[in-house]
Amino acid sequence: MAEILVPNATRSTVEAALRGKHVDVRGRLFSALLLASLLVALAFLVMLLVTTAITAWPVFADRGLEFVRSDTSTIESRAGVAQGLFGSIVLVGFVAVVALPLGVAAAIYLQEFARDTRLNRLLITNVRNLAGVPSIVFGILGLVVFVQALRGITGPDTYGRSFISGGLTLSVLVMPIAILVTMEALRAVPSSIREAAYGVGATRWEVVRSHVLPYAAPGIFTGAILSLARAFGETAPLLLVGAVTGYFSSPTGQGPLEILQGKYTALPTQIYAWAKLPGDEWRQNTAAAIMVLLTAILLVNLIAILLRNRYERKW
Amino acid sequence: MALISTAVTLDAMRGSRRRRRKERIVKAAFAAAAVVGLVISIAIVLALAGEAAIWLTKIDLGWLWSDGWFPRTNDFDLLTLFAGTMMVAFIAMAVAAPIGLGAAMYLSEYAKPRNRRVLKPIIETLAGIPSVVLGYFALTVINPDLVQKVFTGTGAFNFLSAGIAVGILTIPLVATVAEDAMFAVPGSLREAAYGIGARRRTVTTHVVVPAAVSGIVAGLILGFARAVGETMVVAIAAGATGGAVRTFNPLEGGQTMTGAISSLAIGSDQVRGSGNAFLALYFVGLLLFAITFVLNIASERLVRRIRHTY
Repeated sequence: MAEILVPNATRSTVEAALRGKHVDVRGRLFSALLLASLLVALAFLVMLLVTTAITAWPVFADRGLEFVRSDTSTIESRAGVAQGLFGSIVLVGFVAVVALPLGVAAAIYLQEFARDTRLNRLLITNVRNLAGVPSIVFGILGLVVFVQALRGITGPDTYGRSFISGGLTLSVLVMPIAILVTMEALRAVPSSIREAAYGVGATRWEVVRSHVLPYAAPGIFTGAILSLARAFGETAPLLLVGAVTGYFSSPTGQGPLEILQGKYTALPTQIYAWAKLPGDEWRQNTAAAIMVLLTAILLVNLIAILLRNRYERKW
Repeated sequence: MALISTAVTLDAMRGSRRRRRKERIVKAAFAAAAVVGLVISIAIVLALAGEAAIWLTKIDLGWLWSDGWFPRTNDFDLLTLFAGTMMVAFIAMAVAAPIGLGAAMYLSEYAKPRNRRVLKPIIETLAGIPSVVLGYFALTVINPDLVQKVFTGTGAFNFLSAGIAVGILTIPLVATVAEDAMFAVPGSLREAAYGIGARRRTVTTHVVVPAAVSGIVAGLILGFARAVGETMVVAIAAGATGGAVRTFNPLEGGQTMTGAISSLAIGSDQVRGSGNAFLALYFVGLLLFAITFVLNIASERLVRRIRHTY
């Protein structure tokens, strides 16, 4: 075999390039920069959690669970988050009952039943846009419709500023998000699953019920949990539909309807009100309330992510 | 083998009447749910436009241009609110665009699959943090520990610290949309570039980013729209509760569109002086809706373009 004749200089350059310890400095720098930006984002998260936890510590150390069990108060050392926590849970319950079924049903229609007509394309574009509308605009809608126009139903004695108004406003806000995540989950089910069912003579609804929904269920469930977490932390629209930012006492001994038509507050609304109050003690209270809120939300997010990782399928 | 002798009639092909009726009912119910979404957006537009029109007929149009936003004294200077909103949104993008896109490039092009599975949920966790919490963070950490250290003499409330907090809030949105777009770029494009000797950095910046550019821009626009509509951070950390003087200085406090709406809503006794004040909320809301609507439409067009390409 004849050796290929190449000038020695070229040969050594090529060899160096192939074997040598040439370090791509710029490339390394670039990847380090990218990693750094990711780490900065994570650092914000850690810093937020650590500083809030440190500020909140005295409250939990002194008062423990009593902080979670106390009502709102104008006195720093007696104010607690019980009403806010109760309010947030009721509001999220409202969203779960009103927005999730409607959202899932709408998504099933748009993804499984709807033909590609102009009206249906308009519906989908419309849902996407609604998901991007600032939450405070939904608050204005709630103010006009639920607080002012439907005052007689939502809260005759509270000028319409009731759980019902707050819950319906949050439901309207969450519904587009619920539709989008459900559509995403339905889209991930391969069409071969549907075709198999059609092949044995199933109707469209039978296909959806017995084939598509069971496979899409983990995805829909995860999306639903995340939209509820979103509702739990939402503050701006509640300010417009009358969540109480100051002190109020929850009356006792009322029926469920009276409670729902009565005054309310939510945990994030309390945090907003407290964050504006001066003094170190209120700051500590605010941090403690934030820890309660974040614990709830992060726990819920974690569950959703674990569920998704566990049931995620590769088709 | 026996031949099937019964003739297949048209009636038999249609199936049972009960099943067909059930099918129709179910479809109608689901369609009704889908239409609710359309009803909501029509209701939003009507609610805003109706009240805003009433307001416009009540006020003197000259009131829309003055020295500041003081609803109680009929000073409805829109430029004050617009300037505040834009300052917050641009500061937010100055934070979120580099960090969000950097994180997206790392996740899509550099991270090993196993790391990706851990890192992506953490970014999504950041997205789950309520904005009211970041408002508090801006007021108690970002402003005293960062902004006031760098710009000494800055007050407790300013656009800069609010903007940085809104930026942190926007990072996950920018990162996930951009990452989706880059991850969707087919591997064959990358392999072609590697085949002619390109390095990973060159592949990222010269192949993947240009191919995903419409998705990346869409992510930035969505982030911007999110920053424009953000309320709680601004309401807590940017200052002005009742009114604000017009300013273009990010180190001062002031009012934004969302901040004006929320303070009109909760501070009803502060603005009781003028009957026109409360209705201003609807007009500002309509403007806000229009701005974010245009931004959302633009980003959806761009996302659709990348879906068409691959």
